Amino acid sequence: MAMISLKKQPMPQQEPKVRATNFAEVPLGYTLEMAVHEATRCLQCQDPQCEKGCPVSVPVRDFIGLLAQGRLEESIRTMKAVNRLPAICGRVCPQEEQCEARCVLNRSGRQPVAIGRLERFIADWEREHGWVAADPPERRPERVAVIGAGPAGLTCAGDLAAMGYQVTVFEALHAPGGVLTYGIPEFRLPKDIVYADVARLEAMGVEFRYNVVVGRTVTVDALLDELGYDAVFIGTGAGLPKFLGIPGENLAGVYSANEFLTRINLMRAYRFPEYDTPVKVGKRVAVIGAGNTAMDAVRTALRSGAERAMIVYRRTEAEMTARAEEYEHALEEGVEFYWLTNPVKVLGNSEGWVKGLECVRMELGEPDESGRRRPVPVPGSEFVLPCDTVILALGTTPNPILINATPGLETNRRGCVVADEETGATSRPGVFAGGDVVTGAATVILAMGAGQRAARAIHRYLDEKRQAAAAD
Amino acid sequence: MYRILKKRQLTPVTALYVIDAPLVARTARPGQFVILRVDEGGERIPVTITDFDPEAGTVTIVVQQVGKTTHWLAQHGEGDTLADFAGPLGTPVALPDRGRVALVGGGFGAAAILTIAKELAKRPEVTVDAIVGARTASLLILSDEVGAVVDRFLPCTDDGSRGYHGLVTGLLEQEIAAVGYDLVMAIGPMPMMRAVAEVTRPHGIPTYASMDPIMLDGTGMCGACRVRVGGQNRFACVDGPFFDAHQVDFDEVTRRNKMYRHEERLALERWHQHQGSCATVG
Ligand SMILES: Cc1cc2nc3c(=O)[nH]c(=O)nc-3n(C[C@H](O)[C@H](O)[C@H](O)COP(=O)(O)OP(=O)(O)OC[C@H]3O[C@@H](n4cnc5c(N)ncnc54)[C@H](O)[C@@H]3O)c2cc1C
Ligand SMILES: Cc1cc2nc3c(=O)[nH]c(=O)nc-3n(C[C@H](O)[C@H](O)[C@H](O)COP(=O)(O)OP(=O)(O)OC[C@H]3O[C@@H](n4cnc5c(N)ncnc54)[C@H](O)[C@@H]3O)c2cc1C
Ligand code: SF4
Ligand code: SF4
Ligand code: FES
Ligand SMILES: [Mg+2]
Repeated sequence: MAMISLKKQPMPQQEPKVRATNFAEVPLGYTLEMAVHEATRCLQCQDPQCEKGCPVSVPVRDFIGLLAQGRLEESIRTMKAVNRLPAICGRVCPQEEQCEARCVLNRSGRQPVAIGRLERFIADWEREHGWVAADPPERRPERVAVIGAGPAGLTCAGDLAAMGYQVTVFEALHAPGGVLTYGIPEFRLPKDIVYADVARLEAMGVEFRYNVVVGRTVTVDALLDELGYDAVFIGTGAGLPKFLGIPGENLAGVYSANEFLTRINLMRAYRFPEYDTPVKVGKRVAVIGAGNTAMDAVRTALRSGAERAMIVYRRTEAEMTARAEEYEHALEEGVEFYWLTNPVKVLGNSEGWVKGLECVRMELGEPDESGRRRPVPVPGSEFVLPCDTVILALGTTPNPILINATPGLETNRRGCVVADEETGATSRPGVFAGGDVVTGAATVILAMGAGQRAARAIHRYLDEKRQAAAAD
Repeated sequence: MYRILKKRQLTPVTALYVIDAPLVARTARPGQFVILRVDEGGERIPVTITDFDPEAGTVTIVVQQVGKTTHWLAQHGEGDTLADFAGPLGTPVALPDRGRVALVGGGFGAAAILTIAKELAKRPEVTVDAIVGARTASLLILSDEVGAVVDRFLPCTDDGSRGYHGLVTGLLEQEIAAVGYDLVMAIGPMPMMRAVAEVTRPHGIPTYASMDPIMLDGTGMCGACRVRVGGQNRFACVDGPFFDAHQVDFDEVTRRNKMYRHEERLALERWHQHQGSCATVG
């Protein structure tokens, strides 16, 4: 182990000062030499712990081993057998808590193998050098409807198409990707990467129907009974934004993070008037919340012309849920953090525009049910944070449109669809679900894992149905 | 892509389009709307479903030119396509089985009342009056179509060139006194709907208004369309667009709708300049 460098091969990045004014991707990606060098840091463990940290059990050891030997096509094929979207996961997975957290190198005081960066490298290499062909599947007669083109739906659709099913993806918006497209900004996940993965699915025969809001345009029942689908997968995510319920929340200049990010990412409002959708970013922007969404919103605000971009959070740095890398990037780019600060009122001017955020300072009290110490207001500590844009990043819950229009689909108290963890089976036969719509807001890789398991279960369900029909 | 099968110019600034959109036509109900994008790079704008034909697979919309997107749409004719056309959106409005109803329309709303009028015409115990307004007679739109399905068609013009001389609210007041209504439904410019609500309030007549806040996705994902109704935040694209007009906070919606006034003006100026330069070149 003496030969192995202490640190990961550093990732070339745009300088903070430069990148804070553009929307180009922050990390620039490894060169082939860097990637091979990093891959040789891997010990090729007998019992690779890293794979146990990955929610979909990516064959980390093998894809890195092949990469180290320069066998890139085999490396990508090994990866794709398990993970259909490595260019995306390599960029947005919380690796530091998952695969990389378990890498044995951590135990000898070294940095773990940069698994995410290598995953990204081989996927980008494939996209740039031409797709590695897969064997064409045996065609199967059944048709499956996948609802939602987010990571859960895309994964489920791809796996089913690879098994030979005819798959149609129904998406409410005019573009695929779900949060990958409308939520996660271009500088973290270029949209061309998402679209290239979708083009790949189209080449496999998956049909995409946009502008179809299931529950309104068609119902799940119509898909099954009238439109000839044999099974349905629901991957509609958790897209409904929460609001605070404080006075002033409907002033002009107050956005949900979903609205702000959708305007900029999906609609490209940062290029208004070349693109038609407008967005208003003031000189001083306050973002409420401290998760991934809040970091994305605040860094997007900086890139859209805000002179001061601030995070307002009622707890402390320790309770923040954002990924470490995003927090570091935000700090480097000059984002200001107001910890233990609770907004109580949005203040407006005479024309109904935001002019400030009234806040109260908090201190940590007794632990609450979640075990985190509950923040309590410090009496008399109210103060006003002047700002002209307020963005609420308070979390999201599943959108009820489809759920309300699907009789007999069981949901839980939090409004999530109830589905079997292993199969995605719901209370309705032939209807499967997975991703954020089942778990509530979670991660890309968990949504993909759910899509993958559901694809296998749908395959079993359709096989059994076919056999039962043949036996009759 | 969604093809424009037919186009009819109703006034110099208003046109009717019949769009090939079979899935939308299949499930559309009165009071619902679509969100369309004219082209890639375009914004998503909500437009009421003025008529629909499930057999033919078509949806009719009537759009009035106000800014960049609606001007650009107006340049499109039969055979051209729209990039996106998502719907039907919103909650279909609950309609009564009996009683006397006034449908009040102004601007594009004079056309947008058509689906509701048609549905109510199927209900024998409902009597429907359409009270529609325009500046002058030539700007009254779809009078024949709406007139054919209501019990009384009551036009109003600011200049008295056709029907009642004055605003729809004046005639509404008069008809409340004369015949009385069990329900009033208003579609049109915000100030008109607000004035209608003030007319019916003292009489205690249940009144619905089709709210048009700025929308983005139209699926409940962004909250841009939130409207305060009876002190509660409601999403117009999911829970609406029809809400109890006596409970709506009109001040707030009106203010929020001005949020992009500056950008809208800029976009329209840029559009006119572009049109100008193309015209000289061509
Ligand atoms: C701003 C932001 C940043 C994030 N950053 C990260 C990160 O760095 N790493 C990470 O792992 N996770 C991140 N997440 C979480 C992650 O994006 C989600 O957990 C993941 O996208 C969930 O995938 P999904 O397929 O279940 O749903 P979604 O991605 O939400 O996709 C659902 C799709 O279904 C469509 N849909 C909804 N209703 C209907 C309907 N009725 N009919 C048809 N279509 C419908 C939606 O339009 C959408 O396209 C982030 C989330 C946000 C909001
Ligand atoms: C539920 C609903 C139904 C509608 N039905 C019709 C209809 O049948 N016919 C019709 O002509 N118009 C209708 N409208 C209004 C129509 O959406 C706007 O006129 C259009 O968006 C203006 O776009 P623009 O770029 O031409 O004008 P802009 O100059 O951009 O805007 C002019 C005004 O339109 C409103 N507006 C702008 N963008 C939006 C947006 N994204 N969503 C909602 N309003 C916006 C604002 O109040 C703005 O001040 C409806 C609106 C709603 C919410
Ligand atoms: S998919 Fe995510 S968690 Fe799994 S190995 Fe790749 S980066 Fe790690
Ligand atoms: S645990 Fe680390 S060293 Fe071992 S196989 Fe996985 S990546 Fe390589
Ligand atoms: S328009 Fe986005 S929630 Fe209604
Ligand atoms: Mg516009």
